[in-house]
Amino acid sequence: MDNENRIIITVLGKDKVGIIAGVTAVLAEANANILDISQTVLQEFLTMILVVDLSECKIEFDELCERLNEAGKKIGVQINAQHESVFKYMHRI
Amino acid sequence: MPITIHPDEILETIRMVELENLDIRTITMGISLRDCADSDGKKIADKVYDKITTKARRLVSVGEEIQRELGLPIINKRISVTPVSLIGGLKSEEDFYQVAKSLDKAAKEVGVDFLGGFSALVHKGITPEEENLMAVIPGALADTERVCSSVNVASTKAGINMDAVLTMGKAIKEAARLTQDQDSIACAKLVVFCNVPEDNPFMAGAFHGVGEPDTVINIGVSGPGVVLNAVKKHPDVDFGTLAEIVKKTAFKITRMGELVGRVASRKLNVPFGIVDLSLAPTPAAGDSVAEILEAFGLERCGTHGTTAALALLNDAVKKGGSMASSYVGGLSGAFIPVSEDAGMIRAVEEGALTIEKLEAMTCVCSVGLDMIAVPGDTPEETIAAIIADEMAIGMINNKTTAVRIIPAWGKKAGDHVYFGGLLGSAPVMDLNKYGSKKFVSRGGRIPAPIQALTN
Repeated sequence: MDNENRIIITVLGKDKVGIIAGVTAVLAEANANILDISQTVLQEFLTMILVVDLSECKIEFDELCERLNEAGKKIGVQINAQHESVFKYMHRI
Repeated sequence: MPITIHPDEILETIRMVELENLDIRTITMGISLRDCADSDGKKIADKVYDKITTKARRLVSVGEEIQRELGLPIINKRISVTPVSLIGGLKSEEDFYQVAKSLDKAAKEVGVDFLGGFSALVHKGITPEEENLMAVIPGALADTERVCSSVNVASTKAGINMDAVLTMGKAIKEAARLTQDQDSIACAKLVVFCNVPEDNPFMAGAFHGVGEPDTVINIGVSGPGVVLNAVKKHPDVDFGTLAEIVKKTAFKITRMGELVGRVASRKLNVPFGIVDLSLAPTPAAGDSVAEILEAFGLERCGTHGTTAALALLNDAVKKGGSMASSYVGGLSGAFIPVSEDAGMIRAVEEGALTIEKLEAMTCVCSVGLDMIAVPGDTPEETIAAIIADEMAIGMINNKTTAVRIIPAWGKKAGDHVYFGGLLGSAPVMDLNKYGSKKFVSRGGRIPAPIQALTN
């Protein structure tokens, strides 16, 4: 049930131009493959969820998190990256 | 590939961590010290240090690695060891004292905040070695920073060893005196048990039982804040629905413990023991068991109805949690430590919660009278009598109970003690002014209870 290489990235913050571009640029540079993106905007508040495959990723997970955090600070949004297993364990039996 | 988890579910998890204090309270590594036996008591301290620092070398770094990968805070990494009284070859008080110092040094070396297991099991009788260990507990706790001690003085099968109860009453008073400059903090590291579990990951009562493997990983989760928020969202539901909400939430919390346990076990190459289902509060705002009971509809924790509310909460947590984990163990219930729970502290300060009500509450939850500050001039016989009451509840009800009580040196009812960190602060509670000296000084054992005819 666990795919070790899949992570879920969540982006939370006020909607503005360039959020997707900023986040995906980091992933593209690291050669991390985006499997799915969903986003909703509720009263200017953006929630974006990405499912990402790291099997071909060129950098370690820790470093990817750091780069995403930096990008998040630059754009002005909060970015979390977690292994998919957290959500599977909590919400699926 | 589609998103298999709904965005709402993902956001729920993130909210639990970011806003509701969901965390893994502790990854506790159990380490057997039985192979540290030696005919030379002095060599044992070195063997103990070597074994712990070898086995737990990677514990803290792996804990931090898991925290980063899963995005789940892991607050404490801890160690429990074989009850020190069972290490063959330790005889004199000096032998035991040196092992305590060695345990403290090992804990500092591997970077864990607490190490439990300076312990003895004396529910039926006390060996000369155990007597020596119990004699050095106050000094050992005063002179070490991270060592925790526990003594099991009663069990349902053996009864209550009242000699040990009185000895512990004296030890607690002495520990308070020795650390009077720090609000008697040594007492916060000392627990007296009835029916002690052998795989408890929570301090200060953790030790590595005799039926355990060489090393093991046990997990303690936290999450009163998550339950509190779930309950608050449904202010008017009936009891069946309320229990259902708590069960579902407890399931989700416990799953995180199960996941962390499996990952830690794999990364450390150490067998996964158990997840402890306890709802463990912290002094942080909203992370309070007392506030859950108040959200159930009680004006203040401690008022009439509190025991019933706690019974519902505790049972629902167990039902939800037990399905979430393959192996459940430890204490597994709701903790009601006074100093570590902002709602409990408030209830005491406002006169809603007394020690008598706390004692009643311990009949329906784990673990007992926990982190309770009482006046510094409380006689040792009264401390022993408080322990005896709590042990009787555990013995008769076939459950674990414990006492972690702090006779705050030089303080009286209404004053405060401050420990800082997870240990929090506590108002000094008033006790019954009448004595129990004659009763607790009789000596011997209260016989084990009959286990049939339970009506």
